[in-house]
Amino acid sequence: MNDMKPIKPDFKIVGTRPVRPDGVDKVTGKAAYAADMAMPGMLHGRIKRSPHAHARIVSIDTRKALALKGVKAVITAEDFPELDPSIVAAGGEAHHNMANYSANCMARGKALYEGHAVAAVAATSPSIARQALELIEVVYEPMPHVTDLLEAMKPDAPLLHDNMFTQGLPETPTKASNIAKFFKQERGNLEEGFASADLVFEQRYTTQPVHQGYIEPHACVASVSADGQAMVWCSSQGQFMVRDFSAKIVGMNQADLRVVPAEIGGGFGGKTVVYLEPLAIVLSRKAGRPVKIVMSRDEVFRATGPTSASVMDVKIGVMKDGRIVAGDVDCKFQAGGFTGSPVMAATMTALASYDVPHCRVTGWDIVTNTPKVAAYRAPAAPNAAFAVESALDEIARELGMDPMTLREINAVRNGMTAIYGAPLQHIGLVETLDAIKQHPHYEAPLGPNQGRGLAVGFWFNGGGESSVTVSINPDGTVSVATGTPDIGGSRASSAMMVAEALGVPYEKVRPIVADTASVGFNEITGGSRVTFSNGLALVRASEQLVDEIRLRAGLIWDVPADQVAYADGIATCLAPDRAETPLLLGEIADKAAHFGGPLSKEVALNADGVAPCFGVHLCDVEVDPDTGNVTVLRYTAAQDVGRAIHPSYVEGQIQGGAAQGIGWALNEEYVFNAKGQMENSGFLDYRMPIASDLPMIDTIMVEVPNPVHPYGVKGVGEVPIVPPLAAVANAVRDAIGKRICDLPLSPTRIHAAMTAG
Amino acid sequence: MSKVYVSSVVNGDPVEFLCDADTSLLDALRDELGLTGAKEGCGTGDCGACSIMLDGRLVCSCLVLGPEAEGRQIDTIEGMAEGSELHPLQRQFLEHAALQCGFCTPGLLVASKALLERNPDPSETEIRFWLAGNLCRCTGYDKIIRAVQDAAAELRQERSVA
Repeated sequence: MNDMKPIKPDFKIVGTRPVRPDGVDKVTGKAAYAADMAMPGMLHGRIKRSPHAHARIVSIDTRKALALKGVKAVITAEDFPELDPSIVAAGGEAHHNMANYSANCMARGKALYEGHAVAAVAATSPSIARQALELIEVVYEPMPHVTDLLEAMKPDAPLLHDNMFTQGLPETPTKASNIAKFFKQERGNLEEGFASADLVFEQRYTTQPVHQGYIEPHACVASVSADGQAMVWCSSQGQFMVRDFSAKIVGMNQADLRVVPAEIGGGFGGKTVVYLEPLAIVLSRKAGRPVKIVMSRDEVFRATGPTSASVMDVKIGVMKDGRIVAGDVDCKFQAGGFTGSPVMAATMTALASYDVPHCRVTGWDIVTNTPKVAAYRAPAAPNAAFAVESALDEIARELGMDPMTLREINAVRNGMTAIYGAPLQHIGLVETLDAIKQHPHYEAPLGPNQGRGLAVGFWFNGGGESSVTVSINPDGTVSVATGTPDIGGSRASSAMMVAEALGVPYEKVRPIVADTASVGFNEITGGSRVTFSNGLALVRASEQLVDEIRLRAGLIWDVPADQVAYADGIATCLAPDRAETPLLLGEIADKAAHFGGPLSKEVALNADGVAPCFGVHLCDVEVDPDTGNVTVLRYTAAQDVGRAIHPSYVEGQIQGGAAQGIGWALNEEYVFNAKGQMENSGFLDYRMPIASDLPMIDTIMVEVPNPVHPYGVKGVGEVPIVPPLAAVANAVRDAIGKRICDLPLSPTRIHAAMTAG
Repeated sequence: MSKVYVSSVVNGDPVEFLCDADTSLLDALRDELGLTGAKEGCGTGDCGACSIMLDGRLVCSCLVLGPEAEGRQIDTIEGMAEGSELHPLQRQFLEHAALQCGFCTPGLLVASKALLERNPDPSETEIRFWLAGNLCRCTGYDKIIRAVQDAAAELRQERSVA
């Protein structure tokens, strides 16, 4: 793990482990996050939130708040344009209904969950802003609420939206319900498949909402000028997403809104949407001064994230030899106050790791009086994998088969087609399974009260729109502008790929994450797309620069470009009759004014050809028979990484994702009281893994390159959170001899299972 | 509400500031003194992102009031490097890739330094329990623990040479 040698000797920089370019500022406290920003004349914004899980907003009286000295603006939904539901914005991983986003940022007519914003103030100090919130008089008419997913599906459940008629069914129902959408993937003949099976296994699995848990609360500063032009500094996974969503929500031109990305203190999908920025913009517009809003941790829990609660019914048919012949998985996912759970991804990923000839996966998107869910690392895939991988573990037991063997028999291979129709190419599941099998952990002995669990995970990875600029400076150093916030080390990987392609030292390449006016459009940092898509753009820009460098050297020597070779930062004249001294990159760049102008290339592309990846995790636990407490003893995670540009940060992604998955499996959950209010909105009661909860997390990087990318990149950030839920659950099953199908595997739940007959 | 005058020593330098009686030391450091290296992740002492040293003791600055700093010595992340010379912990965090988003990093570094000052040769378990008050959501802690172990070894080496 600490071997600093390059993995692939055929690259000079790709595969090495240099210090990240943003590292020194982060270890010295200099790195500037959104909450660190301050401006002259800046006001402090605060948000008033609904204490009710479901309530009609009868009236909001802001007069007393406005009369308080130091209060400069108070806003409610009336300060935002009412948007037509047909208005969508690209961004995140789908098209988003902006009317819903607007109503989620600021409740319109009804509060749909506890913590839903109903008004906001801007004042000269945080304490005046806090006092002003108390003076805003909101008259609510509380309504019956429903926070539970299955309760919300019942015909007599309290309705969140009177106009919600389930989409995606053969016939649209005439009665409104909380069931927003239905999704289905299918292949083969399910009845035939189950009829031919030797064994049919059926089980229901459930998970609770969990939060992404980034340590940095959402924060932004907005400054609107009198002519309507505005700047926003904020923490997000996409400055262009913030610009486009906010411009639509507040009703302004995209060119009038410049969004500057601050350092982001973790996102994991939870910062792929806007909460604060439209409010800060409208407050600033009203007050005529910059406005800063920073969420408290309590607000982060109550009003942002989380991921869906889910209920999955799994039915799998297998032959005695272990071949899976049929799979039927039904996934019900909680969306929160507005439609938009990631359940479609559950239907696509649930069986994606296996070759199942006859299968169907269905999904239901359900609204409840809980915070609108946001993406969380490989959205929906961990839930679905928890269900399917737990079921496979039981099936292996019933067949008397090693769980690894069952997976090897059924693993998808190159040339097969995914259930969602995509051809599977350049995939490395078999190799990744083998890597775990060869690891000493796989055969290590277990002690009393200990158990071992194995699980597999799949993720699509992402491509999409990226724009980058690569410029060679007159001294031969290189400046790189990308437009995707760096959440996992993308500045390091960007600089490494450019350095590799241009043949210059890594330290001579300096990357930045540029604002929305300084580089072309970029989709968000998400979907494990950045190193792949930006990488394609960066390498293409670098290759164009190499062509340009050869041309320039040719101009200097008065020979055609094809008579110039370029490698390792040096241009050499190949013309047979010439004895020119080779030119350094800096010498060519320094002459740019006389030979061709600035050496700079912008590449904007929509990256295609992404390859999916797989993770295989192996987990050992020990269960305390007296308390039901689980200790994770040993954890090994293998992953098909395509090719690791910076292996340390690939390992970091694997380790971080595994830790989040372990927390999801063992401790984390939203607890709602009878009033539909969250009871555990702090880190003391919402228990994320701490250092003493975890062992070292051993990683194995399996390199099955994606040939579409010049350096073989696939994307690595998300799949690490897919297998852990089931890996831990299977280990606990192995340790206690009983299967618990509901997460989290809390001590109480385990103890109850152990003591029950 | 009238402000409280506070005089203390931060990273070796005398400082004076005014703050409300109910201002946390974290907010005073960040808003009055411009030392934004300590972060607020929770405001309730659960995440450790605001860790600082107060008279040589590791504290969550969100749980200390600004006026309590009167006459006391404060050390923050901004004082850890000697000019451009990074502390071995800072260097090892970089070498080990022990940070991703970096938001928890200042607190983890301050807490790790406090550990190595009282225990120059901590076991993995001792490091894990000492750092249990510092949440990191990106790394799974693995590389952080290794960085602290290597920094400890380096500091022991320095001491034995000195």
